Amino acid sequence: MSDQTARNAAAGGPATVGDPAAGAPAIRVRTLHKSFGDLEVLRGIDLDVAPGEIVSVIGPSGSGKSTMLRCLIHLEAATRGTIEIEGQAIAREHDGRQESISESKIRHRCRRLGMVFQNFNLFPHKTALGNVIEGLIVVARMPRAEAVERGEQMLERVGLADKRDVYPAYLSGGQKQRVAIARMLAMQPDIMLFDEPTSALDPELVGEVLTVIKDLARERMTMVVVTHEMSFARELSDRVVFMDAGQIVEIAPPEKLFTDPDHPRIRTFLEKML
Amino acid sequence: MTYLLDTTTYILQGAGITLRLFALTLIFSLPLGFLGAVGKVSGRRVLTLPLGLYTSVVRGTPLLLQLFFVYYGLPLMIPALRFERFTAAALTFIINYAAYFVEIFRGGIQSIDRGQYEAARVLGMTYRQTMVRIVLPQTLKRVLPPVANEAITLVKDTALVVVLGIGEILRNSKEVVSRDFTISPFVIAGVIYLVLNYGLVWLFGRMEQRYRVYE
Repeated sequence: MSDQTARNAAAGGPATVGDPAAGAPAIRVRTLHKSFGDLEVLRGIDLDVAPGEIVSVIGPSGSGKSTMLRCLIHLEAATRGTIEIEGQAIAREHDGRQESISESKIRHRCRRLGMVFQNFNLFPHKTALGNVIEGLIVVARMPRAEAVERGEQMLERVGLADKRDVYPAYLSGGQKQRVAIARMLAMQPDIMLFDEPTSALDPELVGEVLTVIKDLARERMTMVVVTHEMSFARELSDRVVFMDAGQIVEIAPPEKLFTDPDHPRIRTFLEKML
Repeated sequence: MTYLLDTTTYILQGAGITLRLFALTLIFSLPLGFLGAVGKVSGRRVLTLPLGLYTSVVRGTPLLLQLFFVYYGLPLMIPALRFERFTAAALTFIINYAAYFVEIFRGGIQSIDRGQYEAARVLGMTYRQTMVRIVLPQTLKRVLPPVANEAITLVKDTALVVVLGIGEILRNSKEVVSRDFTISPFVIAGVIYLVLNYGLVWLFGRMEQRYRVYE
């Protein structure tokens, strides 16, 4: 059984016993719309991500990929539509009206999610370890000693144990992104969102970050990855989403989408990428 | 020689008042400015509107005029607000400098990249936690140079209270100048201001050095 089929089987299998949202998809999106003023960036997105599934999102720039990802973790509020994380709504449309959900509920529900940014967004006034334990101490209210222990494990996991006391300014781009991943993993999210995690990196540093993400894939972390790395999308995703002009044009397994897409627009895009 | 020494000693007695005014102003206006800045970036109109009015009026009128207004004008309007000279001066300076610090800190807070808020947010932090743990510590580093500038200006601005007849450095030297018909007291006063500011520049330099650990 290949890695991929194992993952697909896991995705369809029963959820953990005692999970209140048993059976619910990790992420469920319905008719998601997002506008900035007059500019309609997302025009009706429907998407389900199963637990353990790895979904890559590709498409031309300006197609709304990043905005969609940012809506999932409520960095942008949906203008219209429903978003559920493990069965719990952070946006809900009901009878054509947008329900209001309290900020604290949304924040709580979004803690199942982690996000890694294109520009890392490390805290410059904290060391690598300081970055990783910040959420544990402030949000999870973990005792410092315990947080440090877990923080060190996380740095170890991304291969940066020796950089624990180094400030971000003295790290390379690849190292920064790995610290950012460690910082997010420390919060033990069920789902990781990656927003073009290697786009700001020098070409020779892309590999070390992709290796870390691949390790996560092997551990069957649920992931949604917006990426320009076609080889990554092709090798690791269970499904690939192609977006254009604020809509999902096609969702298909990589072997289908990369070789025989239904839509001519995708073929044109892929030709340009190669 | 003894003349110079006596004169210097006399002028230095005024330095006590200058330093007291300087210290009081900083001690109160820095935290006030800080709070005002947090209020201004909160985006709540009940806070931003009055704060906007406050900073534009205070920064838009001369400090000297404000001194006259608080010491001579206020008691005419509201008799209860009659202050002793030094109190009036200190109040005016605090109100005046706090307005500048509000704007300096506001600028500092707003110069922090949006990505910092987003990173804090995805870790699950509240707005308050984000401000206290992430944004404000970075702001402090960024505002050090403009705060140093204000502090240096403040040392020199204390000379303005001479118009209220407070015996600080400048008034004491002026006294000697008109008594003895010599300008050396002015030179001495100038040197004292210079020394004070040199000390400040050194102090702020040390603080910036300490923050240079990152970036």
